[in-house]
Amino acid sequence: MHPPGHTHALHSTVTETHVITTSGLTKIYRADRSRGREVTALDGVDLHVREGEVYGVIGQSGAGKSSLIRCVNLLERPTAGTVTVAGQDLTALAGRGPRAGRELRRARSRIGMVFQHFNLLSTRTVRDNVELPLEILGKSGRDRSRKALELLDLVGLADKAGAYPAQLSGGQKQRVGIARALAGDPKVLLSDEATSALDPETTRSILQLLRDLNRQLGLTVLLITHEMDVVKSICDSAALMEKGRLVESGTVSELLATPDSKLAAALFPVGGEASGSDRTVVDVTFQGEAATQPVISQLSRTYNIDISILGAAIDTVGGLQVGRMRIELPGHYEDNVVPIGFLREQGLQIDVVGEPGQEPVLVKEGAK
Amino acid sequence: MTWSQMQPLLEQACWDTLYMVGWSTLIAVVGGLPLGILLVLTDRGGLLQNVVANKVIGQVVNVARSMPFIILMVALMGFTRSITGTTIGREAAIVPLAIGAIPFFARLVETAVREVDGGLVEAVQSMGGNTWTVVRKVLVPESLPSLISSTTTTVVALIGYSAMAGTVGAGGLGDIAIRYGYQRFETQLMWITVAILAVVISVIQFAGDYAARSLHRRAGHSGPGPRLRLLRAKEPATAEVGKVA
Repeated sequence: MHPPGHTHALHSTVTETHVITTSGLTKIYRADRSRGREVTALDGVDLHVREGEVYGVIGQSGAGKSSLIRCVNLLERPTAGTVTVAGQDLTALAGRGPRAGRELRRARSRIGMVFQHFNLLSTRTVRDNVELPLEILGKSGRDRSRKALELLDLVGLADKAGAYPAQLSGGQKQRVGIARALAGDPKVLLSDEATSALDPETTRSILQLLRDLNRQLGLTVLLITHEMDVVKSICDSAALMEKGRLVESGTVSELLATPDSKLAAALFPVGGEASGSDRTVVDVTFQGEAATQPVISQLSRTYNIDISILGAAIDTVGGLQVGRMRIELPGHYEDNVVPIGFLREQGLQIDVVGEPGQEPVLVKEGAK
Repeated sequence: MTWSQMQPLLEQACWDTLYMVGWSTLIAVVGGLPLGILLVLTDRGGLLQNVVANKVIGQVVNVARSMPFIILMVALMGFTRSITGTTIGREAAIVPLAIGAIPFFARLVETAVREVDGGLVEAVQSMGGNTWTVVRKVLVPESLPSLISSTTTTVVALIGYSAMAGTVGAGGLGDIAIRYGYQRFETQLMWITVAILAVVISVIQFAGDYAARSLHRRAGHSGPGPRLRLLRAKEPATAEVGKVA
């Protein structure tokens, strides 16, 4: 097996400093003030994004992802809680009124954002779209055009500078969106379902671009998505959002090592049904060193049992090589306590399938 | 009436019409554009949300729009005198024409600006832009083809309104048609006037459509673009002209 990260030319830039922190973030929408109907979109969200990582928040539509990412740059005002980005408490800058004051606007200009529907101005050329944030920052004409061409080169669209957005494909539009988001030299990039309107192949190339930018520029990326593949291919950390709460969160390797993690099961599903009712089905997950030990044959020899392999896969999740195997042992769970204990002693993560309350729930909504 | 008698009359009338319509369009655009944008911005969920201001502006616009032009002209006489120093002549006609056209244009602007994708506003906000930036960089440029169509519609409506300016001695093509064509039974002159009006309106409409469409195309869109919207927007205009004429 390759060591993690070997496939990338540049190595991870993750540090332990938190660059985005939300604490107790709550957003309540009052749909109808007079009747007092309320919708709680965010319910006390504590999010910690480390500097230089790609952090994915996954959840179904209506889970509150969109509110969460909009609260990070205060496009939405949180009802309660605080948001800190790069050491600056944005909620303190917000002021009372609904309008964003100068301080908040300046802070926003240092946070890039890309959108599902790209949100490019149709009346401006690609280059002028990338120059827009620089105009807002008050940069001179020469600086703007130099920076814009530099960024278009970075996202591989140098030859499209004079084109209008309507002449571009979806993937190209999103590249322009990314170039534009980088114009203010942000430390943080927010991605609001950036690949959800794209086909699978284009999605892969956009994700690769985000990954490269993360590595090259040390850019911290917070993305929200409903596609598990997005998390699987580029995230260092992930959180699962349900009904306005983060129900699971952590680095991908932590999540994969968490027994019964819904995210881990969805990130890395292994199939295979038990061949009879008096069988015990066990999922074995191994990362790194543990994979090199011939544990299954040791198990078979030591306890003299026949083991069938129902399914197995090795995959790269967030740059980590992870293997997962679903095996079947003869006899009920009670008969297999000792062999399972042996597997755990080998440093493997063991999930017994079919135990009450352990049914893995897929969060995948599916790309529509 | 011979052609040599008609010619100077018609020439003068054309200039009078263009003069009145030109100035009142300019004032209507200058006054109606911010008003229309304010109607969008102050609406619920808008960047300058202010329900009271929105209701007040909306109500003023509605009242002014539903006023028949000839009544408006009479009602505004005092105001007109305070501005131009007179209540008769071309200058005096421009005041009520402009005031009548401001709310008309404001509503068209409102419709055009509302069609701008809210995602673009959000994008500019996320870059640190303020409300003024949003108006300048997003709302106006993105709705420009529609705004040009709205201006065309307003010009055409104003040509219709200006027929009544003759009642205050301002002249113009409509005035010629009524005084000579109708009251003096100069049928020939009336038909010539009608033909000139038809040509003028066609040219304006064509030029407006062309400008709107080429802007729309420049943004890479295909198809007729705002033309269809223009046709829809024109309906109340023609209805209004019919009502007051």
